[in-house]
Amino acid sequence: MRIEGKRALWRDYQKEIADDRYFYVRSCVRQSFFPGAEIAFFNIMRNDLGKDVFEEPVHTTCTGIAYHADIVPFETTMTVVARQFALMTELGYENLVPSCVTSFGVYSEVLESWNHFPELEEKAREMLWKATKREFKKPANVAHASDVIYKFRESIAREARYRLVNHNTGLPLKVVEHIGCHYSKMFPYKGVGGAEYPYVLVGMIESWGGEVVDYPERRHCCGFGFRQYLVQANRGYTFAASKKKFDSMAVYKPDMIITNCPGCPVFLDRGQYVIAEMKGITYGENGYGIPVLTFEEVAGLVLGYDPWDLGLQMHQVAVEPLLDKMGISYDPSMKYAGKNGKYIGSPELPEILIC
Amino acid sequence: MEKQVVVIGGGVAGMESAARLAELGIKVILIEKKDDLGGHVRRWDFLFPDKKPAYVIINALRPDIEDMVDARYNCEVKNIQSLNGAFNVNLSTDDNLKADAILITTGFDLFDATKKEEYGYGIYENVITAAELEEQFMNKIPIRTASGKIPRRIGFVHCVGSRDEKVGNEYCSKVCCVTGVKQSMKMREAFPNSEVFCFYMDLRMFGRYFEDLYKEAQEKYGVQFIRGRLSEASENFDQKVVVKLEDTLAGKPLKMTVDLLVLLTGFVPSEGTRKMIEMLNLDKGDDRFIKPIDEHLMKNHTNVPGVFIAGASSGPKSIAETITDAQAATLEIAAFLRKNNHHDKLGIYYK
Amino acid sequence: MINWGYTINKDSSIDYDKNDRSLFCSLVKKEPTLGICMACGECAATCSASQFTTFSFRKTILLVQRGELNGLEKEISKCMFCGKCTLVCPRGVNTRHILSLLRDHLIK
Repeated sequence: MRIEGKRALWRDYQKEIADDRYFYVRSCVRQSFFPGAEIAFFNIMRNDLGKDVFEEPVHTTCTGIAYHADIVPFETTMTVVARQFALMTELGYENLVPSCVTSFGVYSEVLESWNHFPELEEKAREMLWKATKREFKKPANVAHASDVIYKFRESIAREARYRLVNHNTGLPLKVVEHIGCHYSKMFPYKGVGGAEYPYVLVGMIESWGGEVVDYPERRHCCGFGFRQYLVQANRGYTFAASKKKFDSMAVYKPDMIITNCPGCPVFLDRGQYVIAEMKGITYGENGYGIPVLTFEEVAGLVLGYDPWDLGLQMHQVAVEPLLDKMGISYDPSMKYAGKNGKYIGSPELPEILIC
Repeated sequence: MEKQVVVIGGGVAGMESAARLAELGIKVILIEKKDDLGGHVRRWDFLFPDKKPAYVIINALRPDIEDMVDARYNCEVKNIQSLNGAFNVNLSTDDNLKADAILITTGFDLFDATKKEEYGYGIYENVITAAELEEQFMNKIPIRTASGKIPRRIGFVHCVGSRDEKVGNEYCSKVCCVTGVKQSMKMREAFPNSEVFCFYMDLRMFGRYFEDLYKEAQEKYGVQFIRGRLSEASENFDQKVVVKLEDTLAGKPLKMTVDLLVLLTGFVPSEGTRKMIEMLNLDKGDDRFIKPIDEHLMKNHTNVPGVFIAGASSGPKSIAETITDAQAATLEIAAFLRKNNHHDKLGIYYK
Repeated sequence: MINWGYTINKDSSIDYDKNDRSLFCSLVKKEPTLGICMACGECAATCSASQFTTFSFRKTILLVQRGELNGLEKEISKCMFCGKCTLVCPRGVNTRHILSLLRDHLIK
């Protein structure tokens, strides 16, 4: 594979990413399933990089899950988005940073729709006024949280205590990068690197010493889908998509998977449990799975944050093999110690997947 | 005073027309930006239907050029001004030529396959273009995968860069289908133990004997035709190319691994053609090729009196059609120089 | 025993690498015209069975060519051997012979 071919394409897809004064909006899924990830983002941006990242307590969901599951019409989504913009405007911020990739897609879609159909923007303003008496200005810049970490990847690399390198062999870790569908498949020019070979996570992996794995099903959706997974009987569809990806990447023996969407690691992580217990197949070494991390968790790890503070104990697939490979020092006995050392309980272990 | 025609572009169209004009006693100056004549045909292996080697065409036309035409190599046209019913052509060598008529035969370029990002050309070594394959045939270079192995499975992708809104070329490039069929037969001949596939949307077998070629490809050579347009090509662990398409006739998506993927890239107006359009303010079609003043009766005339076109500068053509078109242009230019106004009767007017 | 409430969906796409195409290869040796079908569908259009059942000769031999043999035994049992397909085929494929060979292979 000629990497120069990819680099030439990446150069075509550059985007403006603001460099400070971010208005952060949370992800419904990420704060529930990976609670340490968003805190890590705040700590890295504020403490390590000295940036202003503001979170308004009364902000809400972007309605992405409901919109994509056909529960809520576009008008509702537009109005809720307008309210988010209003909160941002009232506090004097112009740079929107959604934590979730689907949110990023929703905000991009709403802004594009308003570009093409100004009457929709008018309607949104009217509806927002009627509902809340708020007014808004459109954001000057919308960048996903992974775009922001991508922008500062070199600064993080300089401060890094660990690298994405196997400290026993000295070889770079083999990293699978998985991009959420809504990041660039809808609007390729809004994603760093475009839709075919997105660069946002590749850039991080390269700066932090890892080696990117390019496998045939790289572009495939993880199967989240929104629309169908809300009903338990349909989840086989979701996990079939995840399995397709795992079957394709297994031969490369990746050391970890890094994602930027909050939903994807839910399925890529929990999916390995389902596939192991249902079909008896595991994809890691010796019956383990392939650890799935969000980009905030990886940034936190390389900067030397404690894995348990990052929330890695909440992952289904055990991350200890990865931590050991990277040479990260951690206290196994503190895994379920929680804040203030209070025991938070430990999960029942699966039968087949080793955790 | 002797009439002089400047022919811009020394490919097959320019060569044929320049030679035929000179034969009529007209002084011709042929401008070619490369160091030799023949254009794209220089890198072609053999022609259909009689399998004659492509160089036969160039060799057939070359003696007339050498004997009768003032050919200028390694030079380009910098500027053209109108001058009392004629033209002044200013070259990159700083020469100024008077032209009573100009013939544009600047032709086409091949679509840059890197623009079709999802096919991985320029990234995956086992993805090549049909033009690269043809050049290997011509130079008798054994076809091998990037790691030097004999390919067991070869896939040909039709319509790369054509019939595609995403890359801005909605038109059909016409001659790629027959090229794909021709090349797939040659691959089966070279590698009798291989499987060869053509991934097509429609098979445009427009010319005489083309349908027979298609049947022969299936019957005698066992080439397999799968109707479906590739959505993506990626690389697997062994550097083989994994392709995804819908098998439209079966109504299901299909995934296949091939050793070598050949992209049949289409035509785009060449850099020279685009320059000429701008320099002379020529009308162009939505497909960005030069537009003749009438599609049936004045196909070699542009909207500028005295400026004529032949060959692929006005759209994709086969080599046979290009030569015929060049011969037609010769007649039109000769009539124009004799101030024969037979076209006025047609009611087609210059603006 | 975990009651999942769902099973992992089967991959319904054609995996050309994994499919067994030996049936097609042996058929085309016995009836070479099998290889010159251009999938025009004239056979299926005129077919008596295709008017009232899901049987399509065009689709059948295409699936055989791909190695997708699931369910074909049932489909070809609907053919009545009327010969209308052979009558109309513009490429001269001996459709009736091919179906007869398929029967020998698939229907034990």
